[in-house]
Amino acid sequence: MSSTLAGWLQALALVGALALCYRPLGDHIAGLLTTAKHLKAERGIYRLVGVDGDADQRWPVYLRSVLAFSAVSILFLYGLIRLQTFLLLNLGVPQMPGHQAWNTAISFVTNTNWQSYSGESAMGHLVQMAGLAVQNFVSAAVGIAVVAALIRGFTRNRTDRVGNFWVDLTRICLRLLLPLAIVFALVLVANGVVQNFHGFHEVATLAGDPQSIPGGPVASQEVIKELGTNGGGFYNANSAHPFENPTGFTNVLEIFLLLVIPFALPRAFGRMVGDNRQGYAIVAVMGLFWVASAALVTFAEAQHSGTALNAAGAAMEGKEQRFGIAASSLFAASTTLTSTGAVNSFHDSFTPFGGGLTIFNMMLGEIAPGGTGSGLYGMLILAVVAVFVAGLMVGRTPEYLGKKLGGREMKFASLYILTTPSIVLIGAGVATALPGERAGMLNSGPHGFSEVLYAFTSAANNNGSAFAGITVNTDWYDTALGLAMVFGRFLPMVFVLALAGSLARQQPVPATPGTLPTHKPLFVGLLSGVVLIVVGLTYFPALALGPIAEGLH
Amino acid sequence: MSSTLTPAPADTTEAQAPHRVASGLLDPKLLVAALPDAVKKLDPRVMYKNPVMFVVEVGSVVTTVSAVANPSVFAWAITVWLWLTTIFANLAEAVAEGRGKAQAETLRRAKTEAMARRLTDWPASQAEEEVPGTALRLGDHVVVEAGQTIPGDGDVVEGVASVDESAITGESAPVIRESGGDRSAVTGGTKVLSDRIVVKIASEPGKSFIDRMIALVEGAARQKTPNEIALNILLASLTIVFLIAVVTLQPMATYAGAPQPVVVLVALIVALIPTTIGALLSAIGIAGMDRLVQRNVLAMSGRAVEAAGDVNTLLLDKTGTITLGNRQAAEFRPAAGVTVEELADAAQLSSLADETPEGRSIVVLAKTGYGLRARAQGELEHATWVPFTAQTRMSGVDLDEGGVVQSVRKGAAGSVTNWVTEQGGTVGSDVAELVDGISAAGGTPLLVASRTGNGTPRALGVIHLKDVVKEGMKERFDELRRMGIRTVMITGDNPLTAKAIADEAGVDDFLAEATPEDKMALIKKEQEGGKLVAMTGDGTNDAPALAQADVGVAMNTGTMAAKEAGNMVDLDSNPTKLIEIVEIGKQLLITRGALTTFSIANDVAKYFAIIPAMFAGVYPGLRHLNVMGLHSPTSAITSAIVFNALVIIGLIPLALRGVKYRPSDAGSLLRRNLGIYGLGGLVVPFVGIKAIDLIVQFIPGLS
Repeated sequence: MSSTLAGWLQALALVGALALCYRPLGDHIAGLLTTAKHLKAERGIYRLVGVDGDADQRWPVYLRSVLAFSAVSILFLYGLIRLQTFLLLNLGVPQMPGHQAWNTAISFVTNTNWQSYSGESAMGHLVQMAGLAVQNFVSAAVGIAVVAALIRGFTRNRTDRVGNFWVDLTRICLRLLLPLAIVFALVLVANGVVQNFHGFHEVATLAGDPQSIPGGPVASQEVIKELGTNGGGFYNANSAHPFENPTGFTNVLEIFLLLVIPFALPRAFGRMVGDNRQGYAIVAVMGLFWVASAALVTFAEAQHSGTALNAAGAAMEGKEQRFGIAASSLFAASTTLTSTGAVNSFHDSFTPFGGGLTIFNMMLGEIAPGGTGSGLYGMLILAVVAVFVAGLMVGRTPEYLGKKLGGREMKFASLYILTTPSIVLIGAGVATALPGERAGMLNSGPHGFSEVLYAFTSAANNNGSAFAGITVNTDWYDTALGLAMVFGRFLPMVFVLALAGSLARQQPVPATPGTLPTHKPLFVGLLSGVVLIVVGLTYFPALALGPIAEGLH
Repeated sequence: MSSTLTPAPADTTEAQAPHRVASGLLDPKLLVAALPDAVKKLDPRVMYKNPVMFVVEVGSVVTTVSAVANPSVFAWAITVWLWLTTIFANLAEAVAEGRGKAQAETLRRAKTEAMARRLTDWPASQAEEEVPGTALRLGDHVVVEAGQTIPGDGDVVEGVASVDESAITGESAPVIRESGGDRSAVTGGTKVLSDRIVVKIASEPGKSFIDRMIALVEGAARQKTPNEIALNILLASLTIVFLIAVVTLQPMATYAGAPQPVVVLVALIVALIPTTIGALLSAIGIAGMDRLVQRNVLAMSGRAVEAAGDVNTLLLDKTGTITLGNRQAAEFRPAAGVTVEELADAAQLSSLADETPEGRSIVVLAKTGYGLRARAQGELEHATWVPFTAQTRMSGVDLDEGGVVQSVRKGAAGSVTNWVTEQGGTVGSDVAELVDGISAAGGTPLLVASRTGNGTPRALGVIHLKDVVKEGMKERFDELRRMGIRTVMITGDNPLTAKAIADEAGVDDFLAEATPEDKMALIKKEQEGGKLVAMTGDGTNDAPALAQADVGVAMNTGTMAAKEAGNMVDLDSNPTKLIEIVEIGKQLLITRGALTTFSIANDVAKYFAIIPAMFAGVYPGLRHLNVMGLHSPTSAITSAIVFNALVIIGLIPLALRGVKYRPSDAGSLLRRNLGIYGLGGLVVPFVGIKAIDLIVQFIPGLS
């Protein structure tokens, strides 16, 4: 079977599997976010933590809960990393410097999983399991919890309550992430992903050089790495490592896992707002971008230009022979569009346009389909902006799902769309202005700039993948990127929850033939256009100096 | 819709508007006249209220400094055009305000200092004193006689007078104002033409209706509306994003080896931020109010105009809005054994003395339908006319034809039946059926009976009076339904009658036997469900409902209380105008949305002009982005900035006129406007910038 055909079949199987899961998974999520019933285990947890599971919170309380939980998580993870040399199962790895531990703690709590360290040489099993894997679960759950609050803003009327964060968090972990993770971890193990407590093995490579590779509880972490759109690899090589991603099948499975929840959330949204067509419209926009991006990356990578590429038949530098162009491109597009950041090939080695597309994917704001929860709320904010401008054009003050978009709502939506680009551009601008930080680039010219731009885009959008090539384990980059991750994660959440609160307080406006329909193809096109134009206009100058300058001859 | 009974529908007005407005606006005189005001508005203390244009002004200052320090043709060209951009924006606002100022001038003339004859102890005595109009306080009583100007707003408490209100309404025919009832309100500055009235002053000096009108049309009382604020927030945040994008571009450009001059960076910022909508936003708002004023409607706030676009439910009074003011005779239904001509003749005869519109319509129907000439009253000798009274509820005539008295009576079915039976006659069951049938169909039956000499009176038949729905109303309501607006007819009629008219007019619902309390309850119920309600009213008992409604349009003929309660006043007192008000509200919002879309879409072309101009020197590959084939970097940037400034001037007429609005459902409206202003916004600047570049490239120093 040719690799092109294999690529097509894989993509088709993927779309089919995602489509099959859309309804049941989305309905399940909607159900667990709306039901009044608690499981016995959940009641136990609430009693233990001292939470009233039946009391809903106002948005500021919900926000404080999110922030407090995340702050405690960061402190705990930082402590665990710094202290691991004194704890069990540390495999004898050296003490991690403070700035790097800080960066790593933030990175996992913000669902970014930017790794300025190399997994196998910096982390023992205990930190991997009790620190990183735990955050892989809860940081994903926090994202879904926040979008749940936003959806409740649309569905609830004349109330100041947007849900209970602790209940949402517990239910998402227990009823959604854990069951799926357990099932698919077993599937991964069955297909050759390792799962053990071994230490380092000395092996001889084909070339005869010695190499030491640790074993470890890989499958259990691998599954939630994808499922929770986290992306932090057990090994430095991430999903290109044969212990993490051994076969073509596990490769497709991992792509499926990182897409399945973000693509099912619009269904939960449609279900909760009582109109499934609203969910279809949102998922259509997400799907449109995902398909287009995967196709374009594949096209850019499969093109033969330049002598080296011609000799290889395609742009194979930095890609696994096991996966080939199609599977690598599909993975690259999916991972950068979902805020996952896991990689099975190295984006730095992609063609200028292929690599540029991975940057652009992240610049979209991780919305197509985006991270778990964060993708949907990002898309809904852009929908709010689209409805606002288009709503005026139908001669009414704009309303979305029966809620008026007035000054207050637009304030929060505007701040949201302002935040991430500001972090990316200011970060990249400062980094290129500082002579010391410029030296960190591996390449000069536009490609070197792309590396910096990629780093800040990835951090601020909580993607976590790296263009590589750039030395980021410095005091400055650890700090700057750490700040980018924290602000890029939590500032938008503040605005989303504030928006949720202001929507929930409203009395709904009934829909009439004069209301802008937000479930029709016209709206899908409009929203796609708004996404492209808002993002395109913001980043065009920066992109022009990076990938576009490099790609155009 | 050629009927003179309905006001011209909005779409035909719109179709004519471009010619009327465009000729006025492209008149350079108007622009020149507004120029001094536009320059005055450059004051930063005024400019900062418009964040987008304030950024442009700061940019202009920066480039001016830079051009002085490092003079070049390019730097000065950019500087001049940036200043022009700011001035053009102010010009748009100044022109919009200028139109209101002319109106305010007319109003001011009406507000001359009149002396008032204050009654010191009314009604106990007629003692009066001369005081200046400005000295009048709330609750004072003044007397005004023919030829005098009414010194302040108030209600007539004694007498009746004809008043010339042309100063306010522009309508030269005098109106009657009388104490009590719903025609009691008088406005300061209007003139009493006949008789004498006593007016109770209802406004403090300086806060009279005319004062408020002046402030409104001048735009002095203008506050940003909620939607305008929301849009401003979005525009401000876009401005910040682009500011950051350009400021952070400099270190990136320096790294690339192509640090950019300040002038170029400022030019890029100005080209990217949404200057088109930022420049025209307040002009759009002012013009929206102005369009209402041109239709003789005064909105007390921009908020009300915006709310009008959002209205879900229209409450329309039946009489005068949906139907013509009065019922009219539609047909004659003779009793068994009576010919229709016979009935028509009797009906006409009985109505000759009936001066009510109903009576006249019977005479007219007999004439047009059956060729019966209306006989003048004097023509018939020995005729005793029996006028209609509230007690008898009948009218008719007794004709003495050679000693034999021929009596004809016409009136409410019950009264005439009584008249017949009292004199020994009976009304046949066929007639009773006719009466019931007409009632059931929502009409009003009038029974006609006659008696010759001392004979038995007999019922001749029934006149069918019915409400006549104004022409074109059904189409209007269909249109409204497509726009998602529900119409509810309010009437004092019984439910049966109401339903018949509602069906004929095509309204969605009706409220029969409506009291002011019912009206209020209906409004509250609709609002409970999140709907916005608009209504018209004129009586004092309408005031609470007018205040409760989201859009309350008071008729100028109405009481002061009604005018105070509503948030709009229709000077023509034409309730049908409510529909136009809704359309103007929608048009205002559409104009805002369309120009915002246009403004943002414009940026794409500007990037393709400016980015290659900035960086093709260091990264030659970027010259491929110069898809317009612009002549040189300097000509490209200059062209983009010139286009950016000219597009503001070019769109002023559209901003003032409002975009074309045809009532239809949301989907087709969106498709149409996205096509024109979205795609148009993408394409037009490519053409425009290229065209300007073809000229600019010949300027020495820019080529």
